[in-house]
Amino acid sequence: MNKKRFTINEDRSLFPEKNAEGKIDIDLSSHKYLKLWQGPQHPGITGNMSLELTVLGDEVMDCETHVGYLHRGFEKLMERRKYIQCFPIVCRVAVPEPDFNEYCFASAMEELAGIEVPEMAQWLRTLVLEMSRLQSYLMWIGGQSGAFGSGIIGQWSIYLRDLVLDRFEELTGGRVYHMYQLPGGVRGLLPDGFKQRMEETLLTIEKFMDDIDKVMFNNAVFKKRSVGMGYIDPSWVNKFGITGPNARAAGIPLDVRKDYPYLKYPELDFDVVVGKDSDIYTRADIRRKDLLLSVDLIRQIFAKMPEKGDIKAKTPNVLHWKVPKGETYSRAECTRGEYGYYMVSDGTEYPRRINVRGPSYTHAVALLEKMIINTNIADVAGLMVSLHTYPPEIER
Amino acid sequence: MKDIIDRIKTKYTISEVVEQRKNLSFVTVSKEQAISIITFLRDIEGFKHLVLLTAADWIENDKFQLTYLLNNPTEKIDLGVRVFISRENASMESAHHLWEQVATYQRELKEMFGIDFPDSPGVDKPFILEGWEDIPPYRRDFDTKQYSEDTYFPRPGRESNDPAEYMKKKLYPNE
Amino acid sequence: MKEDFKKRTVISPDGKPIEIDPVKDYFSDAKPKVYKPAHPVIEKFANWARANSLWVLGFGTGCGAIEMRPLMTPRFDAYRYGIQWRPTPRQSSVFVISGYLSVKTLKRVVRTYEQMQNPKFVIALGSCTINGGMYWDSYNTINRLDHYLPVDVYVAGCMPRPESLLTGFEELKKIIKEGRGEGANKYAENFDWYKANQKKIIKDWDMPDYNW
Repeated sequence: MNKKRFTINEDRSLFPEKNAEGKIDIDLSSHKYLKLWQGPQHPGITGNMSLELTVLGDEVMDCETHVGYLHRGFEKLMERRKYIQCFPIVCRVAVPEPDFNEYCFASAMEELAGIEVPEMAQWLRTLVLEMSRLQSYLMWIGGQSGAFGSGIIGQWSIYLRDLVLDRFEELTGGRVYHMYQLPGGVRGLLPDGFKQRMEETLLTIEKFMDDIDKVMFNNAVFKKRSVGMGYIDPSWVNKFGITGPNARAAGIPLDVRKDYPYLKYPELDFDVVVGKDSDIYTRADIRRKDLLLSVDLIRQIFAKMPEKGDIKAKTPNVLHWKVPKGETYSRAECTRGEYGYYMVSDGTEYPRRINVRGPSYTHAVALLEKMIINTNIADVAGLMVSLHTYPPEIER
Repeated sequence: MKDIIDRIKTKYTISEVVEQRKNLSFVTVSKEQAISIITFLRDIEGFKHLVLLTAADWIENDKFQLTYLLNNPTEKIDLGVRVFISRENASMESAHHLWEQVATYQRELKEMFGIDFPDSPGVDKPFILEGWEDIPPYRRDFDTKQYSEDTYFPRPGRESNDPAEYMKKKLYPNE
Repeated sequence: MKEDFKKRTVISPDGKPIEIDPVKDYFSDAKPKVYKPAHPVIEKFANWARANSLWVLGFGTGCGAIEMRPLMTPRFDAYRYGIQWRPTPRQSSVFVISGYLSVKTLKRVVRTYEQMQNPKFVIALGSCTINGGMYWDSYNTINRLDHYLPVDVYVAGCMPRPESLLTGFEELKKIIKEGRGEGANKYAENFDWYKANQKKIIKDWDMPDYNW
């Protein structure tokens, strides 16, 4: 048996020489290279984004990310809406995780207006954020295994996500868009028996996660394709502005929940999940552990939260709510990294400028364009999903 | 936070300091010194992470405000560096050599605000919009409602109540 | 027009120069034709068959695409109604426009729609395809889809639940069985009007008028 492991690019003599800048002079008329477009169509996981790949054989030589297919101009639309009118549209910035948008928008506004959110509302917000994290990871895990050719995980995990969405529907009335976290508080208390039904959902998720662990993480094909693939060097983390699981997989414990504690996270007991190998497998593993951490956090929240309480602070009449002049930045840890809203108020009823800082902004453009060089075309989808990019936060 | 600002003050001039909260401050600096201050903050003061780079349009003062929000991951503090540039022929020194993602931000600002960043890689390439011919859309003088009505065939018969007026009429008729 | 689409001379792999005109050579820019229905009996049978195997193009154009995943999975399982997703426009007969369309996406949608085989049907998902919905005043999203593509069924809501999408598919089946699914013919009949509308907003028009 030949023990030497087969590697694709061992013989580099066929490949072009690099120039002084370390890049390849790509001459399309030499018939060596081929332009290949990946996207913008997608089956519902990654969002519309296209990669313009230049390939040599089946190896990617150059890549350019094209975004803008989902641009709706939120930042402009918010400038001509009153603050309360912005509240129903902010959640539509990112479809898989609307709640982080709502939280960041509400907290930035509360900070500028100097409103203290009641304790019960803070607990409910923490709960909703963790539930949102749970469903987003479940969505992602299906995409990651699907990108490596195993569709069954997607079938299971989307079903599990539907269960979490059912709980969302009970709590907020909406399946995908919740519009729950009003500036100043939340919209409602937990319905009767919610804790018990949520516990059942969590148990189902844990049971399925055992199966997913066996079928996906111990799967030889998945391991072979993901271990060692898509390495992120720890030194790139600050250079490229990497946050979230992508940074944690590189061994850098960046987690907004721990670093800049918000809501009730200081009262919850958890450790930041850190990996060290920084490849696709480690990132997947980090996200799996984070998912289970969310399950644990939801249980802790249920154990620690009070039964009843004020859910909304007293706010001025929302129609004439003039937020004092100033600017601020509020952040939260979403599943992909640091999510933030930068808000500038000029003292009128309308926001002057709101900028959404999505973690994909750095992951999908600068980082992906660098990482994708010299990978195989078949691995591009897996690499892209492993960064958990979501284009609407790039272009809003 | 205060000592950092004091240390900047020994080398550069800062016109305005706002302490928004304990771990977030904003400083206003001049256009000429901005990139030098940001480099100083990154290399000496440990503000290694760029959170965002964005602009705001102060049309009444004829100024664009650029905000570089820097983050110090070890001290866990944020510092926003604000730069005011003129709206006429808006142009700013490029910072793409400091962080890799800055080139993308600058591409977006060029397209959406029309702020030029000479020498930034790919800054003239369209980023989000395709075939855009009007003035850059994030500028305050661009009216998105008017543009939409002129271009996209609004459906006749759509009754759009402005929520503010509607609620006032229904709930507070005497106010 | 982009460089790639201009007339030019290229050197073929065997060293000979050849003249190419990409828009003419790579695509057919012939106008679409109106297809007259066959004998009523055959047509009825064909419509029955068409209605029961709706193949949807897997192109999620907006945020409604997130509710297509639950439809593909066991909870809502659209496959039991003969609906399945295909990766290429050549194999699909239904185009689900899942939500708002930015101008940049509309260009791709038009190209994709024209590449689909006749008969083809369009389901418009969400309020934003009807009158702009939440983005009615946005500078980058279209307000009315029926000005650019012929629409068979609208599913209102923001965002519509998977059940309402299933109802939309049922409605489409009814329409097809009754022989009213004439979207492709409508597009061919009013071709100039559709093209004028499309060209009004797609400023960067670097494609042939019709390509399939």
